[in-house]
This record gives sequence, structure tokens and C-alpha cells, in this order.
Amino acid sequence: MTEIRWHSRAGQGAVSGAKGLGDVVATTGKEVQAFALYGSAKRGAALRAYNRISDEQIFNHAKFMYPDFVLVIDPALAMTDDITMNDKESTKYIITSHLSKEELIAAIPALADKADRVYVVDCIEISLDTIGRSMPNSPMLGAFVKISGMFELDYFLENMKRVLSKFPQKIIDANMEAITRAYNEVK
Amino acid sequence: MAVKYDLNEREVWDGNFAASQALRQAQVDVVVAYPITPSTPIVENYGSYVANGYIDGEFVMVESEHAAMSGCIGASAAGGRVSTATSSQGFALMAEVLYQASGMRLPIVLNVVNRALASPLNVRGDHADMYLGRDSGWIQMGAFNAQEAYDLALCAFKIAENHDVRLPVMVHQDGFITSHTAQNVYPMTDEAAINFVGEIDPVDDMLDFSRPVTYGAQTEEDWHFEHKAKQHKALMDSRPIIDEVYEEFAKLTGRKYNRVESYNMEDAEVVIVGLGTTVETARVAAEQLREEEGIKAGVVAIRCFRPFPFEDVRDALEGAKAVAVTDRSSPGGAMGAFFNEVSAALYTTESRPLVTNFIYGLGGRDFSIDEAKRIFKEQKAHADAGHITTDIQQFSGLRGPHLGYFQTKRG
Repeated sequence: MTEIRWHSRAGQGAVSGAKGLGDVVATTGKEVQAFALYGSAKRGAALRAYNRISDEQIFNHAKFMYPDFVLVIDPALAMTDDITMNDKESTKYIITSHLSKEELIAAIPALADKADRVYVVDCIEISLDTIGRSMPNSPMLGAFVKISGMFELDYFLENMKRVLSKFPQKIIDANMEAITRAYNEVK
Repeated sequence: MAVKYDLNEREVWDGNFAASQALRQAQVDVVVAYPITPSTPIVENYGSYVANGYIDGEFVMVESEHAAMSGCIGASAAGGRVSTATSSQGFALMAEVLYQASGMRLPIVLNVVNRALASPLNVRGDHADMYLGRDSGWIQMGAFNAQEAYDLALCAFKIAENHDVRLPVMVHQDGFITSHTAQNVYPMTDEAAINFVGEIDPVDDMLDFSRPVTYGAQTEEDWHFEHKAKQHKALMDSRPIIDEVYEEFAKLTGRKYNRVESYNMEDAEVVIVGLGTTVETARVAAEQLREEEGIKAGVVAIRCFRPFPFEDVRDALEGAKAVAVTDRSSPGGAMGAFFNEVSAALYTTESRPLVTNFIYGLGGRDFSIDEAKRIFKEQKAHADAGHITTDIQQFSGLRGPHLGYFQTKRG
């Protein structure tokens, strides 16, 4: 069982990101779960989204998890939210930030002893450049594909095109570029 | 002729989407709706299927849930296949009309996405609305995940419209935990689904002008009691037909449902009895406890809440030593209603296991594997001591000082 926790703000696309990831993972024959913890959320409010991935049917419906991956798609939440909550010694962190990895870890004491498991990518900048607005979910998926090693990039891109098929071609192309750039840029 | 909808063998759907696809495949004629969170996407999707030509149906927007169910009654009495969806406050406002629908023996299918009742206002899942419907004369079935929300919705039409049943059916799923959680769902083809559900063959349809009938007549003490007793008998008699429909569904899909589901019960000594998604989380806890500590833990789940499976509950729990019955609804000054019903069944058995009541998960409060394990271990302590060692009613996952009521007088 692989468990993933997304830290996001309402409107940044964590729920769509988690569902899109679930959709692609399911094509590999695995069982998936994608859900979010939000109530009457307003745009900008902090929220968390979750994925579970398993070879067997997933029966656990609890929100509680010990995540294998923590994906932070809002730079400020990395500082203010409890992103290391319930983590394991193997939990990997992918954080969107304009800071370098060294600067980011220096700013977040909880990450000090996890430096070898922290990865940084500027999903905001990448989405502004490619999609034309701040939509950090797609780039985060590219970074996740790289760090998790769960798929080949080309396989993921092909399947994301299907997930996004209801959108105009221009938007699909921009998302593909965003995913590819984050895949190459995450450190 | 409806436009073909492209389906994959494996889809990733949430419970709402799954239920709406069942409505499309069952070729529902009329949905009358007043949408409410978290069930909104079910009727919203049906509306979009109509607008985009995926179904030849009618989507009627009304001004309240009271009107929604009233409209469903009209359309069903006219002879159509009818469905809608609601939750929480909407269900409460619909309550009066639910009794009208069942009293008129109309085969309406209501998708209930369970949500807490205000006040305080809360959009998340608990079973307060489901409990509100338990005396309404409807068949009530519970899905534990998105796949089941789809499967049971298809079964619901077939059960409701059976001429030996002729009762409305609710299909329940947990708000957000099922309705907004995307999981793998393996749908039937459109052809297989409609062949399974079949065409509706209405009884006493009002649009048959050659044979006029009256719906909603008045009876006083002369006949009211006989009508209500017949309605109760129809519910009780629906049990073998529900079993038949589940059996037929299993032949087509390999997914077998039972009015009472048992997991790891062959040799179980300590048991959690539950409804909804909690059942599946508790199953994981039971498996882990068996592996890690050798505790013989099992889970019994009620698939069919009404008609209440009194007999099957006794069979399922035969051999259990300690049983925790979990109620996801505020008991309002009593033991949990579900606890009372399971206890009443167990009171008539030889073994009469130790039964305790946990109130949990109100307003969407999380229920974790670790908490299920703690409850199992407490049951183990009761079983080892030979009597209940805690308060009979306790609260699981509640912050603040311990809250519990009543102690055993046995042992």
C-alpha cells in the first residue's frame, strides 16, 4: 500500500490532481483511492487530499494515514501547515517553492533531519510559464512521477491526455509541458 | 434513441458518479430533484445525461425536497421508472412524503448520501438521516464503497418494481467517505445492465385511462390498520426476493451481496457490527489483529437495514463472545437504535453474547484502523472476564472527558 497526502489550498487543484493520479494509476491494473478533506471550503482555504494505491482492493476508509509521500503544492503551507504529521522514516516530501532546497530546509526546522528525503520544485512558476496561471497540480504530478519512479514519463503523459480529454487541445498541451518540465526540474 | 456513452471495463469513479451511471443504465424515465450536498452530483449528472442525449428521460427541478418526492410519487404512479437523490436536511424535509410513497406502494429508488442533521450545521457523513427513515416503510440497503453504490442502485430498481414487492427502495452511501472518494469501479455494459434491471411493468398506472385507479385515498379506523399491516408484511416478504436479485446479480458480475455480510466470522470471538464504510475499515483491523496478536476478530455488516434481518443477524453472530454494535447517529437520550435492534435479536439466542454500544463518527469524525483495533481489544477483555468490563454505551473518537452510560448486571 502506497499512501500519499497532498497539502494544498482550495482552488489549486489538489483534488483534481489526486483524482487524475488515481485515474492513471488504475490503468496499470492497481486499485486506487482518491479523496479530500474539505468542508464548506472557500477558495484559498487550506485543505488536504489523499491517495491510496494498492495491488489489492482498498478497504481502509479512514482519513488517517502514515504517508509514503507528502506533496505540498502551496509554498506558504510548507511553512504553516503540519506537513510532517504522522510521517515515517521513509516518507518523501515534494514541496513547491521558489527557494533552493537548502534555503527551504533552513526555513522549516521539522525538515532538518529529513534532508535526504526532501525534493523541491517550483510548481507555481512552471504553471505560470506553461499554463498561464497558477495551477500547481499538474507540475506536481510530473515531479511525483520522477521521484516515485512509479511510471515512465511517456506512459504517464499518454494517460493524462486521456484524463484531460474534455479540455481544449491548447490546455492539454500546456499541461503536458508543465508535467514534463517539473519532471526534469525537481531536485 | 439515446446517444451511446463510452464506458471502460475499469473506471475510477466516486460514489455519486457511480450512482448516477446506474440511473443512466437503468434508463430512468423521471428524476425530480432539489439538489443538496453531498448528493448533488447524482441528480446533476442525470440532468446532464438528459441534456446531452445519453438518456431519454425527464429531469424536473422543483422548489424543495418535499416537492421532489411528491413529484416522484406522481411520476411513479403514472407508470414511469423514477429516482432521485438527497441527504440530511433534504431527507428530513422529504420525510413526510416518504411515508406517502411507501403507503401507495410506489417503486421509487432514492439514493441517500448519508449526512449529519443540523444543528450544528455539518455537511459531512453520519447516519442520522438514514435512521430518520427507518420506520418509513421503505426497503433500505447500504453500500460500503462506490462500486456497491452502483451495484445496489441497479438491484434496487429490480427489487422495487418486482410485482411481489412493490415498495420504494433507498440505497445509502456515506457522505464524502463514499460519495466523494474515487475508487476503482467495474461497471456492467449498458446492455448487460438494462437486461438485468429489465423494463418497468407498472401496476395500476394512472396513465392507463381504460382502468382508472385512485392513489392516496383516506381510511380511518375501519381500514388503516389493515393497510399498514399489509405494508409491513410486504416488507417482511421482500426478503427472499432481495436474496434472489442479489443471486442473479452475482451470476452476472461475480459480486455477491447478502442482507447480512460476515467477514472472518468462521471462528470469531470478538466482533464489530457496523453499517457503511466503517465495515470495511473494521475488516482491515480484524485481519491485522489476527495476524499480529492472534485475536479471533470478525465483522458483521448489515447490508439490508430494512427489512431488518433479525434471523440472519442471529445466525451471523452465533459463537461470538463479545459484540460491539456501532451507531453513527446521535442516540438522543437512549442506547443507539442499531444497538437496540441487534441486542433484541441476540437476546433470543442460547449464547446471548456480551453486547456493548459505541457511538462514533458523528459529523464525519474519522474512524481509523487503530480505533477499530482498540474496540476489538476491549471486546476481548469482556470475553476473557466473562462480563462487560466497561460502560455499556461508550463514545469512540470523542474529545474531552470520558462519557459512558449504564453498567451490566450480569456476572
